[in-house]
Amino acid sequence: MLFKIAFRNILRNRRRSLMTGSAVAVGVMAMLVFGGYITYIFSAFETGLAERIGHLTVFRSGYFVFGAGNPAAYGIDDYQGVIRMIAADPVLKPMIRVITPTQSLLGIAGNFSGGNNAAKTFLGVGVIPSDQQRMQQWNEDGVVLPERQGPLLSDDAPQRGLIGGGMARILGLCEALKMRDCPAPPASHETSTAPVDQGVVALAQSELGSGEVKNAAMPQIDLLSATANGAPNVVTLDVAGVAVQGVKELDDNYVAMPLALAQQLVYGRGEHKATGIVLQLNRSEDLRAARARLQTLIAQRHLDLEVRDFAELTPFYVQVVRLFSAIFLFIALIMGVIVLFAVVNTMTMNVMERTNEIGTIRAMGVRRNGIRAQFVTEGWMLGAIAATVGVVLAFIVDAAINHAGLTWLPPGNAAAVPFRLSTPADRPLLLVGTWLGLVLLATLAALLPANRAARLPVVDALRHV
Amino acid sequence: MSDAAAPVVRLQHVVKTYHAGAVDVAAIREISLDVPAHRFTMIVGPSGSGKTTLLNLIGCIDTPTSGRIEVCGEDVGRLRDNALADFRARNIGFIFQAFSLVPVLSAYENVEYPLLLVGMPAVERRRRTLAVLEAVGLEAQAKQRPNELSGGQKQRVAIARALVKQPTIVLADEPTANLDSATGAAIITLMRRMQAEQQTTFIFSTHDQQLMSHSEETFAIRDGTLVAHDISAATAQEAA
Repeated sequence: MLFKIAFRNILRNRRRSLMTGSAVAVGVMAMLVFGGYITYIFSAFETGLAERIGHLTVFRSGYFVFGAGNPAAYGIDDYQGVIRMIAADPVLKPMIRVITPTQSLLGIAGNFSGGNNAAKTFLGVGVIPSDQQRMQQWNEDGVVLPERQGPLLSDDAPQRGLIGGGMARILGLCEALKMRDCPAPPASHETSTAPVDQGVVALAQSELGSGEVKNAAMPQIDLLSATANGAPNVVTLDVAGVAVQGVKELDDNYVAMPLALAQQLVYGRGEHKATGIVLQLNRSEDLRAARARLQTLIAQRHLDLEVRDFAELTPFYVQVVRLFSAIFLFIALIMGVIVLFAVVNTMTMNVMERTNEIGTIRAMGVRRNGIRAQFVTEGWMLGAIAATVGVVLAFIVDAAINHAGLTWLPPGNAAAVPFRLSTPADRPLLLVGTWLGLVLLATLAALLPANRAARLPVVDALRHV
Repeated sequence: MSDAAAPVVRLQHVVKTYHAGAVDVAAIREISLDVPAHRFTMIVGPSGSGKTTLLNLIGCIDTPTSGRIEVCGEDVGRLRDNALADFRARNIGFIFQAFSLVPVLSAYENVEYPLLLVGMPAVERRRRTLAVLEAVGLEAQAKQRPNELSGGQKQRVAIARALVKQPTIVLADEPTANLDSATGAAIITLMRRMQAEQQTTFIFSTHDQQLMSHSEETFAIRDGTLVAHDISAATAQEAA
């Protein structure tokens, strides 16, 4: 009877129930749609990072905090042995998809060919191209990422590399690399009158010697760096293409090359090391367990190594997650307040209108708690029906957006990606949490007027007209 | 001692005072009375005399400022709110002037409602509800909501609702006031018949002459004081 009366009273005050229900339904829909949006952003962001820098990276202790200025000094000795040790570990083995060394380096990149005389500091990374390509195929959440060029680096092309879009522009390689949207420098600066230190040019030419074979099909740049023991070293890089980076500072400085070339530049003829050992996991959810296991292995073998995850290596990711989470919380708060006031208002009006009815059923023998339960049930039922409608609306809106072909440029990305939302079915926790949260709120909101109704003296309620 | 001899309601020195701001208004000024069982009892008096207050006190929906009230042998002043609610659910049926049916329930559901409060099994509930609806002549209107019923039909539903649990007492506050005289007469006849069939004690608050003519026991009150007690209908008509 409780549910019957509750349901019929909701239908009886159709317009009022519709208004309040709309507030709840829109609240649920807004939270689910926005939740779907940020879930997709997080997934896309995580996927991009996992593809590029893996889930975990093993560094020499202190590299993360102090090593960026002198990567050569923080190389991991016998990194191949460490990789073998990690890959053979029975706990880690099933979790790891790719394990690969990387070498970070700093230096000066110069283009002194064809009348160019430009040089630029660079931040370089040496990778094993086949490992990198395997990492790029990881897509746990099935997100849609920007289209990539084909595999430009190859294990079989030891001198081939990629540079950032800004770096290509600065070094005057726009035309050679057939870059679109690459502005020409102002006329007064087309030919530099104050070129790079001639010493750098001379050093590059002397270090390279006459033995280097020029690849006529690709533009080339010279990379100058200091070796681990402080001596200057130069290598030539065949620029196979441009890897546009989302952040201008990085785009202006980025150079990617095969690991061996990076090691040659940093360590010369000395022992080759690596600054990092990147681990890409099969599933992101294993990150914590994998990290703990790595730390155990390192401690057991007394290795001078530390482990960092992708969030630590990319503070921007954490900032974006925090920003969107704060916005979501803010929206949830606003929706909660709207639902609270809407339900309190509706239930208060119901109590006022039904005061005589309350007196009647109290006289018949309904306890105070029975009255309380009646109105709380109505609040709960109204919330539950409206929240369910909100869930259905969220599915419809998500489907409409996902099929609308919209694109957008996420923060830190260089190219637009499809504007997609995770559907509520992809995030059951958010779905259930939002539904339960707003239904609970509607129920609690009904409690206040329900208490008022329960406390009404029977004779006063019966006298109410 | 037979049931008929034992009072079903006993009031001893009952006072009820309302506080209207800084002023105390005495609605009942020390009334003592015994209401015998199985009778058609009227509480009569002019408007504002305290009839409804007295009925509310007997119905355990109001509490006296002082004095003692016994209903069905129970000192109701000792019962707390939940116990009082349960007591009402078991022993007292109400018929209101404005019918006071639950608007979202059908005639059948309105009548069934009091049986749910006493936890009666579904089969017995259905049997009793249908029987009492038939007794008041509303079996055809069982599925209709109150807004689809006439005033007389609504009051019949209210009577059925009051009687379905076979209470010891039925309290009726001006039950014919909102009805035309023909319908009122029919309702009075119905209540008379039901009272006779169920041997229930009916206590009315009324100044309807037509209803008063059926009184078996009359308590006349004026300004909150019991001014006459008689067992003839004539007293009731005079007091009103």
